[in-house]
Order: sequence, then C-alpha cells, then structure tokens
Amino acid sequence: MPPEENDPWAKLRQATRARIGLGRAGDAMKIGDVLDFQFAHAMARDAVHAKLDVATLKAALPGALQVHSAAKDREIYLRRPDLGRALAPECLETLPKGDYDAVIVIGDGLSATAVMQNAVPVAQALLARLGGMKLAPLVIATQARVALGDDIGAALGARLVVMLIGERPGLTVSDSLGVYLTFDPKRGTPDSARNCISNVHGQGGLSAEAAADMLAWLMREALRRGLTGVGLKEASGLTHEGAAPLVGQA
Amino acid sequence: MGHFAHAFRGESFRFPDLKTVLAKASAKRSGDELAGLAAASDAERVAARAVLADLPLKMFLEEPLIPYETDEVTRLIFDKHDAVAFKPVAHMTVGQFRDWLLSYEADAAALAALAPGLMPEMAAAASKLMRNQDLIAVARKCRVVKAFRNTIGLEGRLSSRLQPNHPTDDLKGIAASTLDGLLYGTGDAVIGINPATDSVQNCISLLSMLDELRARYEIPTQTCVLTHVTNSIEVMNAGGAVDLVFQSIAGSEAANAGFGINLGILREAYEASQSLKRGTIGQDTMYFETGQGAALSAGAHFGLDQQTIEARAYAVAREFSPLLVNTVVGFIGPEYLYDGKQIIRAGLEDHFCGKLLGISMGCDVCYTNHAEADQDDMDTLMTLLTVAGVSFVIAVPGADDVMLNYQSLSYHDILYLRSSFGARPAPEFEDWLEKMEMLDRHGRMRLPGPQNKAQRRLLEARNAA
Repeated sequence: MPPEENDPWAKLRQATRARIGLGRAGDAMKIGDVLDFQFAHAMARDAVHAKLDVATLKAALPGALQVHSAAKDREIYLRRPDLGRALAPECLETLPKGDYDAVIVIGDGLSATAVMQNAVPVAQALLARLGGMKLAPLVIATQARVALGDDIGAALGARLVVMLIGERPGLTVSDSLGVYLTFDPKRGTPDSARNCISNVHGQGGLSAEAAADMLAWLMREALRRGLTGVGLKEASGLTHEGAAPLVGQA
Repeated sequence: MGHFAHAFRGESFRFPDLKTVLAKASAKRSGDELAGLAAASDAERVAARAVLADLPLKMFLEEPLIPYETDEVTRLIFDKHDAVAFKPVAHMTVGQFRDWLLSYEADAAALAALAPGLMPEMAAAASKLMRNQDLIAVARKCRVVKAFRNTIGLEGRLSSRLQPNHPTDDLKGIAASTLDGLLYGTGDAVIGINPATDSVQNCISLLSMLDELRARYEIPTQTCVLTHVTNSIEVMNAGGAVDLVFQSIAGSEAANAGFGINLGILREAYEASQSLKRGTIGQDTMYFETGQGAALSAGAHFGLDQQTIEARAYAVAREFSPLLVNTVVGFIGPEYLYDGKQIIRAGLEDHFCGKLLGISMGCDVCYTNHAEADQDDMDTLMTLLTVAGVSFVIAVPGADDVMLNYQSLSYHDILYLRSSFGARPAPEFEDWLEKMEMLDRHGRMRLPGPQNKAQRRLLEARNAA
C-alpha cells in the first residue's frame, strides 16, 4: 500500500470498510489482498465449525445446566435447521419445571467463537441487572438455533427466554453475538414475536454492558406487558438495523 | 392419474405422481432432502430420470403441479401458454426434447421462437436430464436481448451489476465503492444498492445520489435501489429517480405472498415505471431476483422440488419483460445448497431455465460462510456461466459484501472473465469507457495509479466534495 498522502483512496476508505482501492496483478488481486481475504474467510469458517467449550463456560457460570438439540453434529445442524430448533428428547429430564420469570440460554449458533468471547460478559452483566426476578438455572445449549430456546423455556416453565447465540460470521466480524428475547416460549413461535439485539462484539459492535442495559429493560417491559416482538419493539422505540435477519440464522 | 414405475436390473421403482418423478430426478441437493422430497438412493434418482425421459411434454399442460384454482402463478403459466409456439416440440417426450435442444436444428432463432410455448416445468424437466455441459451448450445458443440505457444480452457480451452496498447506507461510502467499480469497467447491467434501511425516504436519498453521479459522468447505464416494490411505487409517486423497479419473486402465489407481493402489485409497479420513459434506447424497466429454496423457506413449495418451483418464478418474471433477472444462487444457505458442487449445478440450471424461457438471465455467483464453498468454487461457476453466455453477474469490492455479509464476485473477477473469454461489456458502456480514456490500446481497463487519468478525474472530484 502506498503511503497515505499518495494514496487517493485513503480519504474514501474512512467512509466504508468495503475492500476498495485494491491494486491489480494483471486482472487479478495482488497476493497480499488474496491472503487477507483467505484469512478472513478462514476465521469465519473456523468460527462456524468450532466446538463450544462447555467446560470453560460452566466454570465461569456455576450451576449452569447443559442440553443439546436434536442435530447430533455440525453437518446435520447445517443441513437441518429444523433439528437445531428441537430439544433432544433425552435432555428433557435435565430441565426441571418451576415457577420462573426468565431463563437465560447460551447457544453456540453459527459461531462458537462469538459465544466464547462475548456470552459470559453479557450473561454476568445481565444477571447483575435482574435483581428481584425469579431466574431458572442458566442453560448451555449446543447445536442450537434461536428457536431451541422455545423448547427449553417451555420445559422449564419460564415466562421469558433470553437466547445468547453466535451469529452467522461475516468476513469482517466472525465473533458477533446475537440476543433474542421471547415471551411465553413454545414450539412454533414465529420470529416476529421475538426481539433481537444483534452485533454484540468487540470490534466496533455493541458492548456487553450496553447490551445488558437494553436487555434488562426489555425483559422487564416484556414481563409487564406480557409480550415480545413487533409490539414491544414499537413501544421501546428501538430500531435495530441489520438484526441478523438473513435466512439460516434463526 | 395412476403411478409411474421403472424396473432396472430386477429392482422396481414406483413413483406416485409427476411431481415426485421431478423431485426424485433432481440432482442431489440439501433443500430437497430437507423437504423430504429427494431420491432415497442414487439408483432411485436415475430411475426417476428414466421415467421422466419417457413422459410426454404435453403432460405438463394436462396436469398443473399446483392447482389452477388456488394459485395465480399456475394461472399465469396456463393462460399465457402459446400453443402455436409449442407446436414444434408438442409431440416429444421429455427425453426427446432434451435431445432436440442439443441438436443443430435448435439454433438461436428456433429457441427464441419456442420460448413462449414452453412452461417453466418443461424447462425444469429437461434440465434434470441434462449434464452440466448440456446446460451450458443449450443456454449458450439462447439470445435474450433487453435494453434501457444500454443493451444487455448481445452475443459475446458480459455485463455486470456494480453492487456498492454499505452497512449503514453511508452515501460517501457507497459513492467510494461505486467509483472503485467504475474503474474496473463494471456496472453496465446496473449500479444497484441493497439498502440497509428499507424506507422510502432513504431510497430517495440513495437514488438521488446515484442518479446525480450517473448524470454527471454521462454513464450509459441504469441505477437501482433494491427496495420492496411497494416502496418503489411510493418513490415513483414522489418523483424519485427510479430507472428499474426491483423485486424478489418466487414460483407460487403463497411464496410471493411471503414477499408481500402478487401479480397485481407487480403489474402496478411495471406500469408506473413504463410511464416514466427514463430509458434512452429501450424501456425494459424491471429487475427481479430469485433463488432455489425461497419457496421452501416460506413453506410454500406445495411438494415441488426447489429447482422446479424456482423455474416457475421465471414465468412471473417473463410477464414483465425484465431488463435483468438473477438467481442469488449461493446466498440462501447450506440447508438448500450444501456445497460448491450443488451451488455450481444450481447456478447452471437456473441460467439455462431462465434463458430457455426467454428472460434476461444473470447470476449472483456467491456463497455464505456456513456453506461448504470457497472462491475456487466461485471461479468455476463464473467461468462456466460466462461460457454459457450469462447476461450479467454481480460484483462487489474485493468479493466481500460488507452489508449482506456474504461473498459475491470481485471487480477483479470481471476483468478476468473479459480477458479470458473475450466477453465485452454492453456496447454503449464500452464506448463510454473508451471516451473516458479508461481503456488501454489493447481494450483492457487501465491499471490504477497516478498515471490513470480517469481515476484522477473521478477521485479528485469526489475527494473535493
């Protein structure tokens, strides 16, 4: 890359993180740019295929329960979103029914990397803000899609489920956490009945503290009004752009 | 109707109906497996193909795969079917039709004359009996030419959509990506933005910026903000600079309802855009995107395999003489197309079916990070599609779409396709590149750097702004 004063793209690059002003080797990209791209793609692929380190999460969050979806490995998980939304039948007995306001679920989703980097700080910050709420034991879920929280919340009898889940990695950010909030969780809940806070990560995304502030407020409002989704979004005045609506995420 | 059966080496295979034959004859893909429609074994797949090869093409005219009474796409397909155009192939089986498509007799003129006589299901059925090379060889013979401010689809030409997306729709960021793309000679199909915020006000700002840029440099191309069609109608009513009206479409009425559209809404938008008369050499004003898996993800596939119902979307497109249609082939995710092999096959099928049905077919050669695919697979698909005569492909800076978080082609890739296959941009756009002194004496895009006059001119103006 030429020094900034000679690079006509320097100023324009401040306006976008798109890969503009690359050089050329004939018609092709230069080797530095090829390797940059391959490295970013490798990080994203590794995030998709990484295994969730459940032991480390449990050590940081004592008392957490562990379940898995009906998708038994990553390949099945990627091919069968329906199985990733269903709790494996044998996990039902690990979730004792109780009288709970809410349950926090940590799911690997499409980026275990995002969960390992961001889920514990978000969960801890959130727990510190939920005084007076009757909380079920925290649940760690593997091969999880967003809607797996519905089965978990229903089994525990929780009025509200909070799912902290790894978002589909992009080339720029492969460790972004999404948070989905669902009132009265049950199988078949439409995505329009959820609220989402996305882009929780350390590369210019939302911080754990800010996400927890927003989430604690939404949780109390959801319990008070008895709803989540479009109705709550309008009431809160929140407009989260790019809230991971891409097919395959939920 | 009875059932269909085929015996092979003592084993017998039975299929209850036509749509099961089609589904099981499809090349293996994860979306049909997800839907529970795929062949249970490779042998069953080939048996279904053998059954399909012997079925009369006419059967599709006798048995709607989705009922006529309840689906307006089926009604469109049947009501607009041209029996006279169909006549040359009306007596054929699907297998004979596949052989005829490959024959020397089926030249560009014969194929163009046939298009109105073909139903999408016939094109899909033939494609299931074709290898990748057949899909390429036949598509290559089809000519579909459309025009707005330039001409898309001429022989020996490859156009490109310049896609300057930005995660927050920052106007300066979008302008930067657009200028970058122009310096690679991309953007003759359209300069088209997927907006991060799908509001009317935001669309108007984006369109004004693009229109001003296009007018200032007198670029013979069209611009588009890929917002919902109902927003485009509002923007046109407000006097916004709409060249092309965009919409995602699918192959059943219910799947289109999932997109918040129907044929009536598309008709209204089409007529509004026609009345603006913004085209200079043509008035093809529509731009559609499609993709295998869209109907299944909306739960609106009615037991049809994803490739057959995808082809039905092209009948919806065809009704409005679109300037551009592209499949977003690798975007929808691995639950529909699992890996590079499935994405490549689907891209060739979609292009073939679109061209055979007479639409101006392009492709977003792309993949997501959770698919088993990489840039080598995209190199293969873009190369095959260029050989197949694809009307246009999509390009973004460095192959990285920073708004939609997936990988399409890079601006560089367009240069590779142009020089490796002699595929030139639309003629009017090529003249503009010449006028702007962007081409060297070999007709190649000049290298970037201080010696590049066009770069200086475009960037200095922008940096001063």
